[in-house]
Amino acid sequence: MFEVLILTLDSTVRLSTPLLLACLAGLYSERSGVVDIGLEGKMLGAAFGAGAVAYITANAWLGLMAGIAVSVALGLLHGFASITNRGNQIVSGVAINFLAAGLTALLGQTWFQQGGRTPSLPDGGRFKDVVWPFAEQIREVPFIGPLYGELISGHNLLVYSAFLAVPLTWWVLFRSRFGLRLRAVGESPAAVDTAGISVTWLRYRAVIACGILCGFAGAYLSIAQGSGFGVNMTAGKGFIALAALIFAKWRPASAMFACLLFGFLDAVSIRMQGQEIPGIGEIPVQFFQALPYILTVILLAGFIGKAIPPKAAGIPYLKERS
Amino acid sequence: MSDTPAIELRKINKSFGPVHANKDIDLVVKKGSIHGIIGENGAGKSTLMSILYGFYAADDGDILINGEKVTISDSKAAIGMGIGMVHQHFMLVDNFSVLENVVLGAEDSALLAGGLSRARTTLKHLEDEYELRVDPDALIQDLPVGLQQRVEILKALYRSAEVLILDEPTGVLTPAEADHLFKILEVLKNEGKTVLLITHKLREIMKVTDTVSVMRRGEMVATRETAKTSMEELAELMVGRSVLLRVDKDPATPEAPVMEVENLTVTDSRGVQVVKDVSFTVRAGEIVGIAGVSGNGQSELLETLCGIRRATSGTLKINGETIDLGTSRLDAADMRAKSMGHVPEDRHRMGLINSFYEYENSILGYHRDPAYSKGVLMDLGAIKKNAVAEIEKYDIRPPNPMLKTANFSGGNQQKIVLAREIERDPEVLLVGQPTRGVDIGAIEFIHRRLVEMRDAGKGVLLVSVELDEIRALSDRVLVMFDGKIVGERGANAEEGELGLLMAGVEDNQTAAAGGAQ
Repeated sequence: MFEVLILTLDSTVRLSTPLLLACLAGLYSERSGVVDIGLEGKMLGAAFGAGAVAYITANAWLGLMAGIAVSVALGLLHGFASITNRGNQIVSGVAINFLAAGLTALLGQTWFQQGGRTPSLPDGGRFKDVVWPFAEQIREVPFIGPLYGELISGHNLLVYSAFLAVPLTWWVLFRSRFGLRLRAVGESPAAVDTAGISVTWLRYRAVIACGILCGFAGAYLSIAQGSGFGVNMTAGKGFIALAALIFAKWRPASAMFACLLFGFLDAVSIRMQGQEIPGIGEIPVQFFQALPYILTVILLAGFIGKAIPPKAAGIPYLKERS
Repeated sequence: MSDTPAIELRKINKSFGPVHANKDIDLVVKKGSIHGIIGENGAGKSTLMSILYGFYAADDGDILINGEKVTISDSKAAIGMGIGMVHQHFMLVDNFSVLENVVLGAEDSALLAGGLSRARTTLKHLEDEYELRVDPDALIQDLPVGLQQRVEILKALYRSAEVLILDEPTGVLTPAEADHLFKILEVLKNEGKTVLLITHKLREIMKVTDTVSVMRRGEMVATRETAKTSMEELAELMVGRSVLLRVDKDPATPEAPVMEVENLTVTDSRGVQVVKDVSFTVRAGEIVGIAGVSGNGQSELLETLCGIRRATSGTLKINGETIDLGTSRLDAADMRAKSMGHVPEDRHRMGLINSFYEYENSILGYHRDPAYSKGVLMDLGAIKKNAVAEIEKYDIRPPNPMLKTANFSGGNQQKIVLAREIERDPEVLLVGQPTRGVDIGAIEFIHRRLVEMRDAGKGVLLVSVELDEIRALSDRVLVMFDGKIVGERGANAEEGELGLLMAGVEDNQTAAAGGAQ
């Protein structure tokens, strides 16, 4: 039983990682007042870029870089539409999702002729699991052994970086000048503008930070967790990350817990596949897949109080004409 | 102190599309003085100050600071030159602390911790020096507006501003808070700072400024030493002709009550009681004015009566029908059907749809009227005919019903709303801030219409924060403070007396009269 729990938690961590990265990405963007419904598209684009470059170069690091580059480029597109040209942020985000979904499949098929997939990655094209010191030696020690060996050790670098990004994001947001301004511009861009700070540049930096983290998230899917890009491999994770962000009320630590919760539900659903529960029978997989959304709606409806987004989120900044 | 002016503007021009907001503006502001700039709404005062603060760039003209020609490309440059500005709408982040707001943009390092504690010390010094006390850890959203304004001033001083621009600083303040602000300005002046005070209130100019410049329709028309001018002269300069600050009207001949409000209580979405047990009567043939500093429940009262806000409890008697406002679910259309017209306080938010054509706005809210429809379709012919008639009757310019409403000036937009409501011939007209952002010509027209309404035997309830307007139009004045009606006065109420009531000073007459009846 304990072993089952450890294994479930282990896959929770693996499944939470892309959610967490995307969720933190969204946090930077939305805290600055730029609503980003295009997390999904950026992740997908990054997954493809990472998968393709990692296959060609057989270098995971170059794959990661490519993923980040694609994601940041899509982020800048979003910024150009919604910051520079003050377009509707939702429309721009949706457009990016469509663009990424179509373009990755098309380019994948054109370049690799495997139905849109990228070929299986060669050795070195993937981020390998890092085995921590003594993980093997203490595996037999009860309780601590599996906890250390399975849960803490034995993940790839991107998993660790995702969880390190949580305190880092908190620190940036609440302890740095950039964070103060970022939070301010999401609440009251006019206050930032009159304080002599460029609203545009600040929001662009937020969008770039968002792109970088989405790049990590996408690369994780194709070259760390998986071994190559598959058509629409994000499968809605960008939207779950967005739900987690609202759920977490735009706070880094809460975002981590929300993503872990959603990852846990995912892990349970995989474990429950084809298993009979006495008295109930088999629970359809779709039920677990829908749970994150259902939970978000129910909990937001009354259990965790109101989630108030940054006040200026979604509103393009325009100097007021007196 | 040298004679070099702190600020000198030469031939500043600025246009927004077809609107020439500033025409060849010259201005000289002496160091260590309080210089007032007065003008009507839309005279170009705020635009001029926004240019000085780098918010807008002037089309041409020179700016000299301490005798040196400078280019102010953005607010950062202005701050660097020692210019600070307190905007009419505060530029504060509501969910930040006072300290965070003060350092925003003036953090001295990439990490906050050190900067914040240094700022705390500096802030303490500033607070002592200028007697501007605010708790640095309080959140802005928890502070009353008077204190929020102090934070704005502290923000400017923290950036070592030598010149402080205040744009309509007293609009949101009670008379007492305004007096306190003026004391602060005196202290600033004595410390050698230069203050630019933008306002449209003559009283403030006379009270605190050393010099005053008058703007009218984008032009600087005069500069006077305050001691050598008078309110009358300034008023004339502002509007370009001698103004009757009064409205010609005969004494009212009120008849039977048309609207009676009893024990009305309204709670807002935060759970705060904003209207507290208010009762009053409006009779046919009188204008009842509700005076008060903005934010004392007048807006909520008006919104409740016209059906766009729910009351907690209270009754409304209208034309003999009694409605329990606490339980009824009447909406704005129902209220209009009960012969209550409504000219909302904010025409842009509630009165008009700016992107609609004039003729569409001229029936907004009455679009279900059979006179304007053919079955489920709108009868565009009838609507346009009606619009043309209203345009003529109310002298709405340009006289074109096919024009987008956004292209009309504030005064003409307000006339569109007024025409729509008055021409449906309601028994009671609810009017909020009828002349806000309206030029003086239109003000006179609007005031005359309201008096005509009254003379035609209708009841008018007028809510306005402009005391002059209340006094000019009302046959009876009710003063609201903190959600309650704290006093009632007749048509010839003293300004000072009303001012005290508006500031919440206890009224002894009301107790004797047994509340506002």
